[in-house]
Amino acid sequence: MPNIKIENLEKTFLTVDGTLVNAVKDANLEVKSQDVVVIIGPSGSGKSTLLRCINKLEIPTGGTITVDDLNITAATTDIRKVREEVGMVFQAFNLFPHLSVMDNITLAPIKVKKMSIKEAKKLGMELLKRVGLEEKAEAFPNQLSGGQQQRVAIARSLAMEPKIMLFDEPTSALDPEMIKEVLDVMMDLAKSGMTMLLVTHEMGFARAAATKVVFMDEGSVVEEGSADEIFDHPKNQRTKDFLDSIL
Amino acid sequence: MNSKEYNYGKITTTKIKAKKKAEEVKKYQTIQMTDGVLIPKKNDGSVLNSWRITFIFSISLLFFLVVFIPDPYRKIFSIVITGTPVTFQATIGAIIGAVIIGTFTGLGAVSKHKWINMVSGVYVELIRGIPLLVQLIFIYYALGRFFSLNGMLSAIIALSICFGAYMGEIVRAGIQAIPKGQMEAAIALGLNRAQAFRYVILPQTLKVILPAIGNEFISMLKDSSLVSAIALSDILKRGKEYISRTFLSLETMLIVALVYLVITLVLSWLVGKLEERLNKNA
Repeated sequence: MPNIKIENLEKTFLTVDGTLVNAVKDANLEVKSQDVVVIIGPSGSGKSTLLRCINKLEIPTGGTITVDDLNITAATTDIRKVREEVGMVFQAFNLFPHLSVMDNITLAPIKVKKMSIKEAKKLGMELLKRVGLEEKAEAFPNQLSGGQQQRVAIARSLAMEPKIMLFDEPTSALDPEMIKEVLDVMMDLAKSGMTMLLVTHEMGFARAAATKVVFMDEGSVVEEGSADEIFDHPKNQRTKDFLDSIL
Repeated sequence: MNSKEYNYGKITTTKIKAKKKAEEVKKYQTIQMTDGVLIPKKNDGSVLNSWRITFIFSISLLFFLVVFIPDPYRKIFSIVITGTPVTFQATIGAIIGAVIIGTFTGLGAVSKHKWINMVSGVYVELIRGIPLLVQLIFIYYALGRFFSLNGMLSAIIALSICFGAYMGEIVRAGIQAIPKGQMEAAIALGLNRAQAFRYVILPQTLKVILPAIGNEFISMLKDSSLVSAIALSDILKRGKEYISRTFLSLETMLIVALVYLVITLVLSWLVGKLEERLNKNA
């Protein structure tokens, strides 16, 4: 049962000019199997940092994160085990530009899971079909549109057969006409029962897909609830202000 | 994918800032590290032309002198050219050595271990501060007291160590020019750091640093002429020997210069071709 439990998470950055920035402080969050949790909040509220702490792209300075009963904040935990089970999709896609679409997808299964090349290619083809890009297998990332690149990036993460998917503003770098194709892929994924945790500004998507919406401000979780609760009847004043400013 | 089923209402987005960021990242994907353009580029008309002019000029002058003024030029040429195997041996050996040393030095400079950083940093600072000629003589004579090193081996070692330091700096800059997101994406997929470097970072680095590395190769070919100081019979040494017998210094050095020039220009053309091939998929 994939299950993420975040308790009293804290992340402090030391900036270049020597001041300490408290990006996340005292954040608590629980994600159950098959949940689709959407994190919203103003920029600088620590949403992305929280997400990045879950696969230790950022190392938390305090608190605990448990993924599948495995305490990943403990120094002894093999973080690669966690990363194999937690997929991540980035705002800037981060496809490997020197590799073809197929090689982008098969690299990790072949090198990390020691899958045979033939098997990996078969899996890659299935995943490309799933994101609607089977004809682009031999293309290079720079030959694809932003929306297509992000769909490949999603397929690449799925190739490791993760139990949890993290999305860090997956549509923020896209032209408006390409956002829908990426959201559709994510929606399919949510419908298939994938546990998802995403930071996004797509409130329409949040309403349609989220089992839980979390509002963050100034590094902590201010309010959480179902999409209807948060969007239609926010309790906290800060949530209200934020929603007023964007809708 | 059933794209028509879902409806998310009005799509709101904060894309402008993010797009700007992505563009900025793109801008830093290439680095410029040359001491002048040695390598001709296809689309760069003027550079291609200056390369062509120099090449045609030097090869026709060499041809003219050797064919039409056999005394003394053909004689000089036939002697000087016997030095090319030594020049090539020293250069190729040093290229291999310097690439290996440079790769490890560059990786050391971006390593997460502080003491590895330190070792590679000290090596670079130490070597860059000592003239190649001094290093060469030091290795040949000083180390020659303890180990029996022949001239060629000490030449290759000295050139490798010297250019390895420069190469290391180029590799470091190349690695740092790769956007951070590449490493993050690789480790988020479960690759360890070594795998991420090998399959994701270094292949991209190679493409970025190739022009700079190519320039280094050409410099190495030219600086290999310093090995004549340690009794190796390369192109320059052959010429100097001939001068000491005949006192035809101007004529001999003209041929020596032309031979180096032709080799260098051919090498720079080859590097340009290699770069073009690597860039096909960029």
